[in-house]
Amino acid sequence: MSNIEEKISEAKKLALQITRETEEDRLMTLSVGPQHPGSGHFRFVIKVDGDYIVYVDPDPGYVHRGHEKMCEYRNHFQNIPHLERPVIHDSCNITYSYSLAVEDLVGITVPRRGQFIRALASELSRLSYTLYWLAIYGIFLGHSTMFMWPAGDRELLIDLLERLTGARITNAFSIPGGVRCDIPNNFKEKCLAQVNYFEKRLKEYEDIFFNNPLLRQRTEGVGILTKEDAIKLGVTGSVLRASGVPFDVRKVEPYDVYNEIDFQVQYMKTCDSFARAYVPLLDMRESCHIIRQLIDKMPESGDVREKLQFNIKSSPGETYKRVESGRGALGYHVVSDGSPKPYRVKASVGSFRNLLALPFLLTGSKLGDMPAIYWSLNYWPVEADR
Amino acid sequence: MDKNSTKTTQENEISLKEEDSNYPLSNTLLTSINSNFGDNAKIVYKKEYRSKIMVKPENLVETALFLRNNHGFDHVESASGTDYPADNEIELNYHLGSYSNIDYYPYIVILSTRVNRDDPKSNSLINIFPSVEYHERETYEMLGVYFLGHPRNERFILPEDWADIPPLRKDFRIKGR
Repeated sequence: MSNIEEKISEAKKLALQITRETEEDRLMTLSVGPQHPGSGHFRFVIKVDGDYIVYVDPDPGYVHRGHEKMCEYRNHFQNIPHLERPVIHDSCNITYSYSLAVEDLVGITVPRRGQFIRALASELSRLSYTLYWLAIYGIFLGHSTMFMWPAGDRELLIDLLERLTGARITNAFSIPGGVRCDIPNNFKEKCLAQVNYFEKRLKEYEDIFFNNPLLRQRTEGVGILTKEDAIKLGVTGSVLRASGVPFDVRKVEPYDVYNEIDFQVQYMKTCDSFARAYVPLLDMRESCHIIRQLIDKMPESGDVREKLQFNIKSSPGETYKRVESGRGALGYHVVSDGSPKPYRVKASVGSFRNLLALPFLLTGSKLGDMPAIYWSLNYWPVEADR
Repeated sequence: MDKNSTKTTQENEISLKEEDSNYPLSNTLLTSINSNFGDNAKIVYKKEYRSKIMVKPENLVETALFLRNNHGFDHVESASGTDYPADNEIELNYHLGSYSNIDYYPYIVILSTRVNRDDPKSNSLINIFPSVEYHERETYEMLGVYFLGHPRNERFILPEDWADIPPLRKDFRIKGR
């Protein structure tokens, strides 16, 4: 018996001599993505020591389309359809801040009814995006019911958006000056019915997913991003609010009609991956609350858009406007030289800002915690690449 | 191409003496900057929740440090650049925001500087705002501005085999347009 063990240990020593393995060789380099189904169109290179991640290097850019450069070749109206492409699920929000910036440069105000419809579309869009994200979060934590339910319920909201805007996802609804069209007949009743149904479903999501002991074990206490670190890294949106900073652009710098709406900024202080998944759920509940108020307070009649020339010229100058999107603050810095085309457009998007938290959180954590951390960051690769 | 030469932002210069009580936040902030930096920090414009300060490249770090330590601007929403070929300059813009000072939650101060276009170099703010890391790296590859003190001035979003001039410079033209 001992003879065999000796032989094995000798063989191991021999193998080490032949391969000349060192401490460095303990590390294994893995490339996660871009083909890996669990990362989106995005790659990050990690080095693992056994089960622990010791080095992370994000490598975005697989879906870079140069939207900022494209903007310089098109006028403000032509810019709307391609600017919404980075996040087609949240298209009403991503064009919202660009519209606000152009309106500020041109110096017009949107009619009141137009402001309400625009806010309503952006809330529906936010719900639809958050559901899509929640579905992906569910499936990558191995919970296939949580993929099916939000994906199914999202259809209801897409139907509403289709009735409102004429398109299922690429809406191009919010344009400089207001919205493209008025709400259709019976839309308010239909919308209220869907939202009331949807709010009941949120309770069921909570029961089946967020109160699931397996999910809680996998996410609670995982990927702690303290308040100080969150501020230092400059993250935004649900990632920031899960770290205990009650920052929501709709509240701190209300645009359009949001100063007339009564709602609470949802935040948690546990700072972990569970909080980053739970805050969007709380946000969805607030969104339902906001939608009901918007429908209630919307003026019965009036213009929905300030008619602008197609080749509208703005005065020279620059502006920075932001809105709260599904992934946090989304700002456009638009510089104009007085011609119909913008001189420079810079998009400050939530995904790109939250990317900095990825190496910070993954380094030192277990490889098995990677999906729970990565998807909790609300990171949308296409938006980050622009 | 002369159209591109307009120094758009500097034309709209607003003097601080023009008292506007509607903008209390801007007034407090800009008065404090004016008393500390004088002519070294030029106020380009002042709005309710926005203001833009133009500094010389050598004063960039100390102004950023002052804004962080005295007014609680603790993170960068975006850092970007604009190319002005007619002036032979590249303008760098840092959009600073605050999460720790609740008064400045809605406020964005745009800290700007202009560097020479032929040899664009600027001091990195990474030691003051760690959140600037990826934004400066993106500015490096998109506009070719080298950030002194930044650990990784290298490719980030562009393809690995990118072999052209930085694409957000005005002399880079999209093919076919």
